[in-house]
Amino acid sequence: MNQLIEFRLDGVVCMGQKGQYIVDAASDNNIYIPTLCNIPGIKPRGACRICSVRVNGKLMTACTTPVSEGMDIESKSADIEDLRKAIIELLFTEGNHFCPACERSGNCELQALAYRYQMLVPRFKFQFSKRTVEASHPKLIKDHDRCILCKRCIRAIKDEKGRSIFAFGKRGHQVEINIDTKLSKNMTDEQALEAAEICPVGAILKKEQGFKDPIGQRKYDNEPIGSDIENLALQ
Amino acid sequence: MNKAIIATTSLAGCFGCHMSFLDIDEKILDLIELVEFNKSPINDIKKFTKMCDIGLIEGGCCNDENVHILKDFRAHCKILVSFGECAIMGGLPALRNTIPLQECLDEAYLNGPSVVGNNEKGIIPNDEELPVLLNKVYPCHEVVRIDYHLPGCPPKAELIWEALYALVTGNPLKLPYEIIKFD
Repeated sequence: MNQLIEFRLDGVVCMGQKGQYIVDAASDNNIYIPTLCNIPGIKPRGACRICSVRVNGKLMTACTTPVSEGMDIESKSADIEDLRKAIIELLFTEGNHFCPACERSGNCELQALAYRYQMLVPRFKFQFSKRTVEASHPKLIKDHDRCILCKRCIRAIKDEKGRSIFAFGKRGHQVEINIDTKLSKNMTDEQALEAAEICPVGAILKKEQGFKDPIGQRKYDNEPIGSDIENLALQ
Repeated sequence: MNKAIIATTSLAGCFGCHMSFLDIDEKILDLIELVEFNKSPINDIKKFTKMCDIGLIEGGCCNDENVHILKDFRAHCKILVSFGECAIMGGLPALRNTIPLQECLDEAYLNGPSVVGNNEKGIIPNDEELPVLLNKVYPCHEVVRIDYHLPGCPPKAELIWEALYALVTGNPLKLPYEIIKFD
């Protein structure tokens, strides 16, 4: 039986279900907490820290922390918003994100967050890290330049026996997403499309398809990311 | 009221940002009431003749000439604005940043499919008149202090207009969601 509980988010009294993660509970109350590595319905990982909120004076990731009765959550404070913006800027400078040349531009969640937070220029130095592009898989292109290591592909894309097609390879700062060559050979077009769409950036692309949505009709061309949740509050 | 003085330049860019600037269309008539152009490819004035209020920089720094011009702009402009992705983060020219310079030159002049057989002496241009390439393409703000950044490839004409209008008149800058895009 779901147990209804009451919590406060930025001073607003909200209702949620016991055990529900903060992002989901906030979303049910039409409040958007930005996420990047989180995918609804898949076990959260708390990797990107974009969803950081302050609970009882401590920063926690809203995608992995369940709400509890009487919890007081801070999300839109200036320092937390700046922390989120700093994470976005770090991701932009750490990888090689050439938006004008990226097929995912306009539909990219990292870019959409940068738009939402009005990132005009990152405060950090561009690293221009040496990364590779893997194009040997029959259905997919893996561009490591754009990978933000959110692990969404590893967690969400499995073959029919439940085996992960994607996995982490190497260690420390060299860590990257590897694709199982044997399993990727058997991928269907639908699976390849699903993998490309689960990627928040343009690191996984489906072959033989590109720039399908015209400029002006892409997901984040006209409305900021999160407005689908926020607009419900206005209705 | 004295008109604000504007200078513009294109460093390692494609002139697309300048084209977008001209895309303000008939507002250029309003602009010319507010500003006077000094050194700029738009009027072909090659050298600064006075101190300027605003300098618009397109393109990053890929060679020593770009650095020289950028420093000249910093010395002659009270406010410097990077406009366009290339000025802000190196842009497409910076795609070479992960490849050693020698490899780039070898590919361009010796080994590339379009040059094989056409450069029998294996010459890589090195005339002293040519600007020396830098090891990497640098964003402008990593070379001199830049006051404002207008992203886009190119930045939308409305964004350039709104930014210039705000800078010249002192009015607050309006930044609606639609006009800031990185592509």
